[in-house]
Amino acid sequence: MALDRIENLLEKYFEAETSIAEENELKVYFSSTNVAQHLQQYQSLFVHFNNAKEEQFTAAIPLKTTKRKYMAWLSVAASVTILLGVGTFMYLNNQQDAIPSEYGTYDNPEEALKETQKALAMISKHVNTGIESVNYITEYQNSKDKIFKE
Amino acid sequence: MLRLYYISINQTNQKMNQNEFITIINPFKDKLFRLAKRLLVSTEEAQDATQEVLVKLWTKNESLNELKSVEAMAMTMTKNYCLDQLKSKRAGNMTIVHNNYTDREANLQEKLEDKDSLNWVEKIINELPEQQKLIIQMRDIEQYEFEEIAKILDMNETAIRVALSRARKTIREYLTKTHNYGIR
Repeated sequence: MALDRIENLLEKYFEAETSIAEENELKVYFSSTNVAQHLQQYQSLFVHFNNAKEEQFTAAIPLKTTKRKYMAWLSVAASVTILLGVGTFMYLNNQQDAIPSEYGTYDNPEEALKETQKALAMISKHVNTGIESVNYITEYQNSKDKIFKE
Repeated sequence: MLRLYYISINQTNQKMNQNEFITIINPFKDKLFRLAKRLLVSTEEAQDATQEVLVKLWTKNESLNELKSVEAMAMTMTKNYCLDQLKSKRAGNMTIVHNNYTDREANLQEKLEDKDSLNWVEKIINELPEQQKLIIQMRDIEQYEFEEIAKILDMNETAIRVALSRARKTIREYLTKTHNYGIR
């Protein structure tokens, strides 16, 4: 290979005007043993480029990604559930504290008595209607006695 | 006609299995790794970065068939991922990193003679600005065409040539210096 061609290519190389083919030509020249004295300073550069291409990726390729994603969502779901749980617990607790004031307590004893009697009257009224409807059952007893006379 | 239509629909919707995916990434996974290592320097970090990028690619799965060049996209993703890593690292320990840097620089100057010249080239490239590192890596080591580099870095070809020329000349400057130093 003519020396001035290499020198020419080198010039172009440093101006970034060489093609891939021309750069390969330079690499071939510099990996040979008879490099001209004044060009030897560039030899390590091109030899290095050749060597650097040899390094390989040896680590495993972790493709089990769906699981990973799933785990992430699982933790999100778990934290949301916990937050909701704690939230409702606190909310209910607060509500229970609030309830006693709404029972309808009376400060005036007379009024309290009146209200209690009213409530009791209502209960007895309902119980009575219940008993009335049960009274029909005696009718069955009566008719049975008529039919099965001894 | 109908059949062609069916096939194209089928291809875009079909989910790739792992083996298919691996045959797609096999030709360029080493390139991703080397690019990551060029930027992150540490082999372990570069491996992590490559794994991360491959996993991201795998999750994109369905859309991969539509892409014209998966390799270019993977290179872009690797570049972005590594630059993000570097940024967050620098934000984390700015002063420490800087101290280390100047310290090492001084050492380099002192131990100039002892170092093996191949190692030297590696070190000089690592001293370059990130963009020049990327371009040197892709052009001089992976031998990408300018058009491909332009696509990966989202830059125009002229800008890439300018940066590449600057990077190569910086390397030449260092090499000439060390060479002369050795002789004198």
